[in-house]
Amino acid sequence: MSLSPVDLPNSYIGRAMPRPNLARLTQGRGEYVSDLSLPRMLHVVFLRSPYAHAEIVSIDSSEAAKMQGVARIVSGRELAEICSPWIGVLGHLKGLKSAPQHALAVDRACWQGEPVVAILARTRAEAEDAAERIYVDYRELAPVVDAFAAAALGAVPIHADLGDNIAFERKLDAGDVDAAAAASDHVIAQRFVFGRHTGVTLEARSIVADWNRAEQRLTVHVGSQAPHMMQNIIAKHLAIEEQQVRVLTHDVGGSFGIKVHVYAEDMAVAALAKLVGRPVKFFADRLESFVSDIHARDHVVDGRIGVTNEGRITFFEIDDITGIGPYSVYPRTSAVEANQVVNLVGGNYAVPNYRARTRVVFQNKTPMSQYRAVGHPIACSVTEGLVDLAARAIGMDVVELRRRNLYADDAYPCTAASGITFEGLSHHASLDKLLAMMDVPKLREDQAQARARGIHRGIGFASFIEITNPGPAFYGVGGARISSQDGASVKLDATGSVTVQSSITEQGQGSAAIIAQVTATAIGVPIERVRVILGDTDNTPYGGGTWASRGAGIGGEAAFQAGRALRCNLLTVAAAILQSTHEKLDIRQGVVVDAADGRERLELSELARIAYFRPDTLPRDMQTELMATRHYVPRDYAFAFTNGIQASYLEVDVETGFIRLLNHWVVEDCGQPINPLLVDEQVRGGVVQGLGAALFEQCRYDDQGQMINANMADYLVPMAGEMPDIHVGHVITPTAESAIGAKGAGEAGTAGAAACVANAVIGIAGVAGSALTPATPAITPLPYPINRATSALVSTTAFAFTGPNPRISNAASATGSKAASPLRGRFCTR
Amino acid sequence: MTEISVTVNGETITANVLPRTHLVDFLREELGLTGAHLGCEHGVCGACTVRLDGEIVRGCLVLAVQADGGNVETIEGMSDSGEIADLQQAFIDRNALQCGFCTPGMLIAAQDLLRHGGVPSREEIREHLSGNYCRCTGYHAIVDAVETTAEQREAAR
Repeated sequence: MSLSPVDLPNSYIGRAMPRPNLARLTQGRGEYVSDLSLPRMLHVVFLRSPYAHAEIVSIDSSEAAKMQGVARIVSGRELAEICSPWIGVLGHLKGLKSAPQHALAVDRACWQGEPVVAILARTRAEAEDAAERIYVDYRELAPVVDAFAAAALGAVPIHADLGDNIAFERKLDAGDVDAAAAASDHVIAQRFVFGRHTGVTLEARSIVADWNRAEQRLTVHVGSQAPHMMQNIIAKHLAIEEQQVRVLTHDVGGSFGIKVHVYAEDMAVAALAKLVGRPVKFFADRLESFVSDIHARDHVVDGRIGVTNEGRITFFEIDDITGIGPYSVYPRTSAVEANQVVNLVGGNYAVPNYRARTRVVFQNKTPMSQYRAVGHPIACSVTEGLVDLAARAIGMDVVELRRRNLYADDAYPCTAASGITFEGLSHHASLDKLLAMMDVPKLREDQAQARARGIHRGIGFASFIEITNPGPAFYGVGGARISSQDGASVKLDATGSVTVQSSITEQGQGSAAIIAQVTATAIGVPIERVRVILGDTDNTPYGGGTWASRGAGIGGEAAFQAGRALRCNLLTVAAAILQSTHEKLDIRQGVVVDAADGRERLELSELARIAYFRPDTLPRDMQTELMATRHYVPRDYAFAFTNGIQASYLEVDVETGFIRLLNHWVVEDCGQPINPLLVDEQVRGGVVQGLGAALFEQCRYDDQGQMINANMADYLVPMAGEMPDIHVGHVITPTAESAIGAKGAGEAGTAGAAACVANAVIGIAGVAGSALTPATPAITPLPYPINRATSALVSTTAFAFTGPNPRISNAASATGSKAASPLRGRFCTR
Repeated sequence: MTEISVTVNGETITANVLPRTHLVDFLREELGLTGAHLGCEHGVCGACTVRLDGEIVRGCLVLAVQADGGNVETIEGMSDSGEIADLQQAFIDRNALQCGFCTPGMLIAAQDLLRHGGVPSREEIREHLSGNYCRCTGYHAIVDAVETTAEQREAAR
């Protein structure tokens, strides 16, 4: 193709335009699974374990079974007879182990909130009433809560058969870290503590399954990001054929990775529907969402960086530990986040010396797995925090130290110390653009003036890299039946309109919009004539779905190729009708035209009329093909890495520790943006999820493994009043792998937001005349404990507070156990 | 069961409800008005926001029996009447919604602010919408859309 997609006539690629499916959502006409009601439908409520770890001695549901509206009560043992257990491991994560997990706990519950008994009733309220009359006799077992304790030698394993609580361990040693440390003028060590948080999709998880005994077929309506994966897994564990399972996703009320996993409740609902032969609906209430949706993060990372006085970063080193709950989540596992932390740390800097270890350990808490920007915020906060500390140690401006060490924009392709490969990034161009957007001198002036008035304001930066467009290296090579390729079928309807069926899914990113845009462009039709079908395994090609920022880059490319193929077919037919040749014709705005002068020759509606209703008027040997299907998977690179940089401007009230976000900037490079409006909003939404992690969100547990803030009043999420405006800019480095050149944009905002907030806070200490001169800049724990968090910053005895906030005591204990870490010392100046 | 009589989007509805039934469950399950969504069911997220006798309320904190004799307006009614057509279009143009689950509640809360007239500051808009949780957008685009609508209405005044 000689023209790039954006150069084509009538291109919609690169154009900011509204999404076609929004009007009905603004009018309350969305069709979410939680809205769905089917004839004869039963509601299921799960009685959940109140203990983090307990043996199930007996279950007495005799009284509940007689209650009004109750249709059936099912225990774990009964359900296990029709739904086989699963083990969440991947072959390429060497040594990863887990235990068999059942849809309902059998004999033993391993986290507070694990489903134990299913109650099916005519209404949810009646099922809840009955749940209160079920008597489960538990024998409490000692819970394993703290990750370090779980990993310690001699710790009692949660699953005796596994031998210990180490689910996965990975070590990496590139270059020569010891020699690099010896050659450094400063070696700085810092512990980073990241709280456990969760996705809090506004629509909680919802599923309706309907087993039709006559057809021997299960129809599953589920708010999922990966319908074909769900189809495969439900079929496998119910021992039926994939063809007997149809999965539809409908509108999905937020996902962010939360809805890409297979949950015990999903499998239970599918199995229960088969058991009772009626539709069964589960719509999680918010309280159970907090203890059953996957959690994320929960890392403690001991990091080390070396730097010379001239500003050369000599090495990075990390020792990471993360607690994942009692099971590795199926089928994507719970080791991917830690694995990505190892892959990503230091990856934006041309530093060949890197040593890393991560340990993934079992504990009796809600299972942890992949949530938006998997591993990225951890890696970015550690990397960028260390870089800021290094800059402080040598007295160099934080921007200047980055300039001297970020990969040069002409360094590509190249391979980072961890082994990840980059096709083309733009760290320096992005930094330049960011600085231009921010007007740093003006900010510095404002900062100084504010300081003179006793107000402490800080500026923080965080450069990042982002994994997008994953190929089979992510899951397929590990043995998971999760498609890395996607497909699209494009059809010219009899009136000249176009229908596209794509295997990616929509959860609000704008998947339907971008599929319409690339298809309209590829064929040459007005976008109003394109209708998109997503999220139905009966009516879309086989594919992966929408996750890991792959929808546009992989699904979009498949639709583009399908559109080009259809265009080719249309031109063949048009050439026959017009007695012209393929090369002399083009399709623009739904009309076949002369390529040379744009003269209109044939409406596509007329072409369709002839092809469908009067094929007798076409040459005898011409069979028209007005539908084309193409699939696509990237092959040159395992991932399409993107990059960007963020900055935060904030104010700390040193009396209360309260942080006020004043401004936020992002420059990101997602390759060719298909719809810049949607990219900007992906970035902004991602930033706010990252800010939530930095300032508000934490799943707090007591020492018995009880989540103590499992509701929206106590688990804080960012609301409009606390969030700043967010300015987004772009640098465009298209991938050469695909025709459309798109990479992903979904993780970028979340990847760097917390890091630049933390750096802005510690940056305050560097402001001339600042009262804030802590011995230990408190980069973490994240989230900062509100109202007193940054007291850590102003205190010379970091974390030495009294008060009820357990975030403080967590941090204190983490600091206290530092002696056990192989990484020692902070600000060890040589 | 308790008999109630409620005006919903201009139609008078008489129904028998359990005293424990929340207004939002009554609207969704009995009347099929699924535009009001369940986000938290404890009054924090704002997804179930509807108007009762002219004031915005959380449908999960009001019992259906409390609405007896009242006038309930939902996103469906406000869409049909055209009352917020400009605000809805501003949300569409600005991509001020992604998954759309918060949107009906967000629109009704925003309209509550806009009905007072004038052009509120961005801070005032953010403050007014602080009872409505949106996980997708980061709020910036929502504030833009509300601000744009306020300016348009003020200019047309």
